[in-house]
Amino acid sequence: MTDRSTTRRARTRRTLVFAVFLVVLALLYTGYKAFGQAVDDTQRDWWVVGSFLPRSDDKNMPPVLDILAEFGQAPREGGTTIGRLTLDGALFTLREAAVGFAAGTIIGLAIAVVLLQSRRAERGVLPYVIASQTVPLIAIAPIVVVWGRTGLEFLPWEWKDWMSVSLIATYLTFFPVAVNGLRGLQSPSPEASELMQSYAAGRRQVLRRLQLPASLPYLFPALRIAATASVVGAIVGEISAGVRGGLGRLILDFAGKYITGPERLYVAIIGACITGLVAVGVVAAAERLLLARRGIVAQ
Amino acid sequence: MAQDLVLEIAGLEKTFNPGRANAVTAISELDLSVRPREFVSIIGPSGCGKSTLLRLVGGLIDPTAGDLSVNGRSAQEARLARDYGMVFQAAGLLDWRTAVRNVELPLELMGWSKFRRRARAKEMLELVDLDGFASHYPAELSGGMQQRVSIARALSFEPSLLLMDEPFGALDEMTREYMQTELLKIWRETATTVIFITHSIPEAVFLSTRVAVMSPRPARIAAEIPIDLPERAPQVRDTEEFFRSVSLVRRTLRSVEHE
Repeated sequence: MTDRSTTRRARTRRTLVFAVFLVVLALLYTGYKAFGQAVDDTQRDWWVVGSFLPRSDDKNMPPVLDILAEFGQAPREGGTTIGRLTLDGALFTLREAAVGFAAGTIIGLAIAVVLLQSRRAERGVLPYVIASQTVPLIAIAPIVVVWGRTGLEFLPWEWKDWMSVSLIATYLTFFPVAVNGLRGLQSPSPEASELMQSYAAGRRQVLRRLQLPASLPYLFPALRIAATASVVGAIVGEISAGVRGGLGRLILDFAGKYITGPERLYVAIIGACITGLVAVGVVAAAERLLLARRGIVAQ
Repeated sequence: MAQDLVLEIAGLEKTFNPGRANAVTAISELDLSVRPREFVSIIGPSGCGKSTLLRLVGGLIDPTAGDLSVNGRSAQEARLARDYGMVFQAAGLLDWRTAVRNVELPLELMGWSKFRRRARAKEMLELVDLDGFASHYPAELSGGMQQRVSIARALSFEPSLLLMDEPFGALDEMTREYMQTELLKIWRETATTVIFITHSIPEAVFLSTRVAVMSPRPARIAAEIPIDLPERAPQVRDTEEFFRSVSLVRRTLRSVEHE
């Protein structure tokens, strides 16, 4: 009981610290803006703001309150508000990211399990896994989309463009899972392996009862990285695939209209941040649930 | 080969990396027999191959030459038949499992039903005086308690042979003596045969019915000393007979080291 109340208190404190951090950030932003404005108002060439510090006029840095107000504005009279558009876009993107994350986790784990079987496989395949991440995402995205539109007719279901976006998210997700997963699977001590051997345990039993559970503390940091990577992958994928309905398209639209309404792009950026935080939050909750009772409480 | 021997070893040899420049002969010409219900300690200078011997008996590694049989069959067959339980110096508990679920692990691998293995595991925890700690995680247990869980785990499927590799080596002196008494109690109650690796002479004398002294590398059994103590209670450590046995083992060990 006391355990639970202390963790609840810790959680409340974390939320509070985060809120204070946000307020401080807003104050710093506003403070710098006021400073830049004051420098500009002197009408003299101070060479500070505008030469080596960013300009702070309303185009470059819309006021915090304007950004907040923009959530409630509608681009067309009586239409959907920017906040609502962003929320819908975030949910759309989150779905793509979640599918990509799930597929990436499964593929990453499968690669780790295969590489675990032999040192030779590890040495032969791992360099390619690493090399796969050096290919720029922007180059892969159109290829994946074209494949999706033309090459996947043999599938029993209709391939939609958003699935291509998920696939792009998968491409970013599987990598940390495979690399950390392999390390985790290799983490049990030689004694633990000998013990399983002394029980005449088969390879699959060792994997299930020893290696997989032992890999979880290594896996979760990778899953957190994979969660943010899947959101980034989905947004970039949407932009290069031209998929409508998600944050990527919204960011592209708002960036195009930046001159007339810079606040909107800021709203979309905040939306993307929150989407990433939600993704990481879900992973962290799963981690707490699975690891909290090992005596090592996850942070 | 006599069927009534739990362990019979003749002319055993183990060479690591045979035929290569870094070949090391750890064990050579080793003979040893163990009868049912014996408690045999193997003692010797550190690095002499005591653990190697135990791994050979357990079928975790294969000998280079010689005969080794456990309950009348090969070490590999005995391992697959789960003839023995093993306890290492590190308790090696799975830290994501409670004490009772750690004890259940071998039973789970053997396909016991949940109900049966839970009942047996509880029984085993009682045997090692940990009935109140079934749902504790290893991180919540002391070193001595962890090692007792590990012993309960090794005995859970009632193997005829218990192989112990310096199981109390990492414990402090007080815990160690307590664990020795506990182990003797368990040995008497379960009718198990024990092969016990240690480098502590008093520990070997207190626990064993026989102490086998190993020579330095390449190791063989250089001497076997039967221990005959009137009763195995903690007080026996202060008796004349105990001191005499300890001193005999010590002298033997010294003469073997300087051969």
